[in-house]
Amino acid sequence: MTTTTIDGRTVHTNDEGFLTDPTEWDEQVAETLAARIGLELTAEHWRAIRFLRTDYAAQGETATLRRISTVGGFPVKTLFQLFPQKPAKKLAYVAGLPKPQGCV
Amino acid sequence: MTITENAPLVPDFGTTDTPRELAIICSKGNLDMAYPGLVLANAALGEGVETHLFFTFWGFDMIHKKTMGDLKFTMLGNTATHMPQGLGGLPGMTALATHQMRKTITDLGIPDVPEFLQQIVDSGGHLWACRMSADMQHLEQEDLYDEVEGIISASDFIEKTAGAQLLFI
Repeated sequence: MTTTTIDGRTVHTNDEGFLTDPTEWDEQVAETLAARIGLELTAEHWRAIRFLRTDYAAQGETATLRRISTVGGFPVKTLFQLFPQKPAKKLAYVAGLPKPQGCV
Repeated sequence: MTITENAPLVPDFGTTDTPRELAIICSKGNLDMAYPGLVLANAALGEGVETHLFFTFWGFDMIHKKTMGDLKFTMLGNTATHMPQGLGGLPGMTALATHQMRKTITDLGIPDVPEFLQQIVDSGGHLWACRMSADMQHLEQEDLYDEVEGIISASDFIEKTAGAQLLFI
């Protein structure tokens, strides 16, 4: 188990840096995580983050890009604009969730 | 044991300084053989890898408007179904096997071929059609899926994907 400090708080992460305890996350943490990967969160980012958190709470696993798009209603193109290069993983990271496990 | 990281632990999301490129040649037109290329292309794009798909020979069925929504799966010649081969030759068996496979794919939340291609394009993927296959089947650009960027020769595709990793399916 690894811990790291975010905004003066100690949080648990896996060896890549993804938070492992969703209860240690809050909006301030999200802002800090986003800044670390060069993102400034807009209202649109927040809508996606909130969807991912809500869906995770209901499903027990992180939604894949396909699910964020079809269930959450976020166009794939938009997700690539909001979280460039690796949208599913970046979104999971900022939302304080494990990276998605699904293939599609 | 708990390890405390003093420096911020940030996942490696890669950088654009080291671009990775993937070329996938899709040469099969069976429903089951359409998916490996689509799934891998989608995965690569989600990892920030520039991805080009080249549809050739039977793979043309994946982008031909007339066939792309109607690919089939057959047990014949496929020992991996672990069913007697004779069964696969019975009338209606290919339709049944296709129906079953489509259902399994849909139940997993995986899109059908046309929708999957759209997702790949929306993710920044590039679709190319093989010139020789188009000529053999007397097909033009308008017969193909709208998002196909062009009908190009094999050598143009090889040139376009210089330095890319390549998958032949």
